Amino acid sequence: MDALPRAAPRPHLPAGALGLGALLVLAYGIVPLTGTSYLFEALLTPFLALALAGLGLNLLTGYAGLLSLGSAAFMAVGAYAAFNLSLRLPGLPLPASLLLAGFVAALAGLAAGLPALRLRGFYLAVSTLAVQFFVAWALNRIGWISDDSPSGVITAPRLVVAGLSFDDPRGRYLVSLTVVTLLTLVAWRLVSSPTGRNLVAIRDNETAARLVGVKVARTKLLAFAASSFVIGIAGALWAFAYLRTVEPAGFNLDRSFQILFIVIIGGLGTLRGAFLGAGFIVVLPLLLARLGAALLGDGFDSGTLEMVQRIVLGALIVALLIREPAGLAALLDRAGRRLGRRAA
Amino acid sequence: MPLTTRLRAALLAGTVMLAAAAPRAGWADEQYFPLQSYRVGPYAAGGTGFFGGFIDYLNLINARDGGVNGVKLTWSEGETQYEVERGVEVYERLKSRPGIAAWNPLSVGIAYAMIDRITADRVPLVTINHGRTDSTDGRVFPYVFPLLLNPYSETSGIIQYLGTRAGGLDKLKGKTIAVLYHGSPYGKETIPIYAQLAERYGFTVAQIEVPHPGNEQQSQWLTIRRLRPDFVVLRGWGVMNPVALKTAQKTGFPADRIVGNVWSNSEEDVIPAGDAAKGYVAITTQASGTAYPVIQEVVGKVYGAGNGNLADRKRIGSVYHNLGVLNGILNVEAVRIAQGKFGARTLTGDEVRWGFEHLRLDEARVAALGAKGLFHSINVTCANHEGEGRVTFQQWDGAKWTVVSDWIAPDWASLRPIIEASATAYAKEHGLTPRDCAAEEAADAAGKQAAAAAR
Repeated sequence: MDALPRAAPRPHLPAGALGLGALLVLAYGIVPLTGTSYLFEALLTPFLALALAGLGLNLLTGYAGLLSLGSAAFMAVGAYAAFNLSLRLPGLPLPASLLLAGFVAALAGLAAGLPALRLRGFYLAVSTLAVQFFVAWALNRIGWISDDSPSGVITAPRLVVAGLSFDDPRGRYLVSLTVVTLLTLVAWRLVSSPTGRNLVAIRDNETAARLVGVKVARTKLLAFAASSFVIGIAGALWAFAYLRTVEPAGFNLDRSFQILFIVIIGGLGTLRGAFLGAGFIVVLPLLLARLGAALLGDGFDSGTLEMVQRIVLGALIVALLIREPAGLAALLDRAGRRLGRRAA
Repeated sequence: MPLTTRLRAALLAGTVMLAAAAPRAGWADEQYFPLQSYRVGPYAAGGTGFFGGFIDYLNLINARDGGVNGVKLTWSEGETQYEVERGVEVYERLKSRPGIAAWNPLSVGIAYAMIDRITADRVPLVTINHGRTDSTDGRVFPYVFPLLLNPYSETSGIIQYLGTRAGGLDKLKGKTIAVLYHGSPYGKETIPIYAQLAERYGFTVAQIEVPHPGNEQQSQWLTIRRLRPDFVVLRGWGVMNPVALKTAQKTGFPADRIVGNVWSNSEEDVIPAGDAAKGYVAITTQASGTAYPVIQEVVGKVYGAGNGNLADRKRIGSVYHNLGVLNGILNVEAVRIAQGKFGARTLTGDEVRWGFEHLRLDEARVAALGAKGLFHSINVTCANHEGEGRVTFQQWDGAKWTVVSDWIAPDWASLRPIIEASATAYAKEHGLTPRDCAAEEAADAAGKQAAAAAR
């Protein structure tokens, strides 16, 4: 994985603490008061869920340099685990069922990570692809997982935390936001810890890392487990807070690629990258669609409009990756530095 | 900025509340159809045909009749590419428009994700020929309408038809039927129903899975060859259908003994198979072709005026186009029936729901609508949201579909207990109390009598 950009191992959190604080005030204070149900249901909730999945994959691919094409499978494991936990243990509070679902996904991640002890690069990607297909097969084959529902589609339980119902657009957004904030904090602690530096060491040069005493096998498995934990919880959010229904087809290979692109476009090896990438991949196309519809009116052929959006989005991706192969996070850094220089 | 946003939100909320309280007050008389269409992506052929037919019919009603009793029909499209999250986004985007009559996604995934939402927003969701089987039970799913056909009645209809081919349902005894199904929740949904019908009629059923996407079926057809079934039922999807027909030809199984289900019945399923599809038979709720007066009117008044929605006029009368026209007829008639109760004005979603629950079109009414032969009849009630749609079977001759059976009635009575059990379980899981349909109908009848007495 030498082609990966060597981003700073430590995230720039302390420097941007002020900005981060402002962002949290905006997200918790202002948005819930002023947002419309469209903003919550169509833009922010899916954005948060996929940003979280991107964050999880970034731990694995961005920090540890292990390429995975099984993200959607781990999302599915998380979603179905959370569904089964709340179905079969009726008294279990929602935070506990989310947490346990994360651990189930982490176990799946551990199993999927075993080949990583022997395989690298594209070979590893192929072995994670097997996980993707295996999970889809199992969901389709084992009726128990979807509570023997004849159509295999399950309906998500209500979102209730400590007796408070979060079952409206704003509540679902707040639940997602809180989960994402907490997990981002955990991820930040992880990547700035010695373990996080071990991950980066393995990515940059595995042999050298082994020589300086990094326990390579253990660290790789840890990367898989931590990444799948986060992605699994993202899957549960996707199912419970966003779609409120789960079907296996929603967690196909396309979704895995989508998460991978979020990470690549956002910036590998940065925490902000997942959020920037999710903004680009999830929110921007919708904004383009709305812009196109607003400019051209209802009468315009929606298929043509969709094609135009795809061309615009594709051109933007090409332009971005030429300007800044390290992704949006690096672009933002550079812009920030330039501004700082000008100010100084 | 936050202040203006908040003001705008408050204004919007105010408008919505006003609108809900007094639908008569502000708007011009228009009834709006939000369309979650898919004209791009792998399912674009179905999407352009279906939504094209639907829009063509709405156009016809506006051009020929000036709307429904003077209420103009309007619509707008949002592209979903058949993806659930895009469908949800379009729902959230369009749901605040005034005067929504009903949602018609033609996508099982999108429909499932909408059930909670449309129930909370009290607007009908129409899933013609597909959707959730147990939503047939209108007592538990008041706003969901799987009109004409659900997967279970489709299965029953196919077996009834095979019975007529064998010379009577009792002649199915000892026969072997192979069901080749798509390896997905959709494909597996009817496994228990086939097993049950096999037991009742004494035939042997072999259900064989084809993994998605189904572009390789050698081993499945080898199994079929060894099995020597009397009929093969194709419960396919997308590329699986033409590949099944071609592989059948290679293994020497005659196409006229293969019967396709509703997702294996379009031109897109047979044309890629070429010669191998000649003689193939498939179920449908609406006949193909342009021979029906309503389709002729679409050709003359809509395409003649240059307002046709299909880019290729040759697709007029195709399976998906006629399904779209039929969907248009059912939606428009539900609005018309609801107007009969609530007045010729813009109706709320809940009022249109009442219209769908009284959507009773007998053969005479169907003929009056210019659709005699296009479809048989429908009889939706509060408890039965499917509406006893009849099915017919069409044979592909290499260039077009020709109807080869009567209108067949599936055995609804024997399916109803299974549907009710599933709906009851859903109600229990979600803490819902099923509606009392008898009481609602009695109240309706009493209201009608009172109105008649007052007159």
